Amino acid sequence: MGLAVNLELKHTVLCIRLDGELDHHTADELRTQVEDYLKKHTVNHIVLNLEGLSFMDSSGLGVILGRYKQIKNLNGEMVVCAISPAVKRLFEMSGLFKIIRLEEDEELALQALGVA
Amino acid sequence: MRNEMKIQFSALSQNESFARVTVAAFIAQVDPTVDELTEIKTVVSEAVTNAIIHGYENKATGMVYIEAAIEEDTIHLTIRDEGMGIPDLDQAKQPLYTSKPELERSGMGFTIMENFMDEVEVISEPSYGTTIHLTKYLTKNKAMCN
Repeated sequence: MGLAVNLELKHTVLCIRLDGELDHHTADELRTQVEDYLKKHTVNHIVLNLEGLSFMDSSGLGVILGRYKQIKNLNGEMVVCAISPAVKRLFEMSGLFKIIRLEEDEELALQALGVA
Repeated sequence: MRNEMKIQFSALSQNESFARVTVAAFIAQVDPTVDELTEIKTVVSEAVTNAIIHGYENKATGMVYIEAAIEEDTIHLTIRDEGMGIPDLDQAKQPLYTSKPELERSGMGFTIMENFMDEVEVISEPSYGTTIHLTKYLTKNKAMCN
């Protein structure tokens, strides 16, 4: 099982929706797709929707941190939403919640960024 | 009764999923909780990814070896590579430390293994490879000890 990456721009917020498994193998795909998108579009913030994510390991943390740094360089924010308890544990362990905001769902994440 | 299995496969990233799913399928016969199964899948993924990226530096000619054993409610896992080894083990185990920041590694692999398993032993020798022994006591067993 791989990873399906769905990208949608809502105003200037890029919604990244992941479906499947995020590991070292699929992290490259996510990184490339988001980097290409950021080159071609004006994006102010990122919402990362993990509702469809069935597995993630530390390679996922790495690629998420990489995208956080990218949007932060553009003076933007990253909000993560619809996170499973297993993925939440990894975020907590690595301290990612200190820099990435957590919201219940995509709607609330967009509201938090002033778009909705 | 001890129940064992062994697999070996090329050090290719597409085999990371194969490895964790195969180990999970083997462990499933002793009815672990969903959390325990997720933890085992995650640590297998961490150790195999380390072998591929760091042990073999993405050279697909390398092989990764996994042995799994079930003894009552104890799970033993051994994940081994014959790659370059870890020069400084203490440094490698530090949370957030990575020898490859350019690859967007989080540096959380060993921290996750130590959090999700009850025992972690790493044996590494430069140019001979790395062997990781992981042990987990499933909760049924813990309840009996209380």
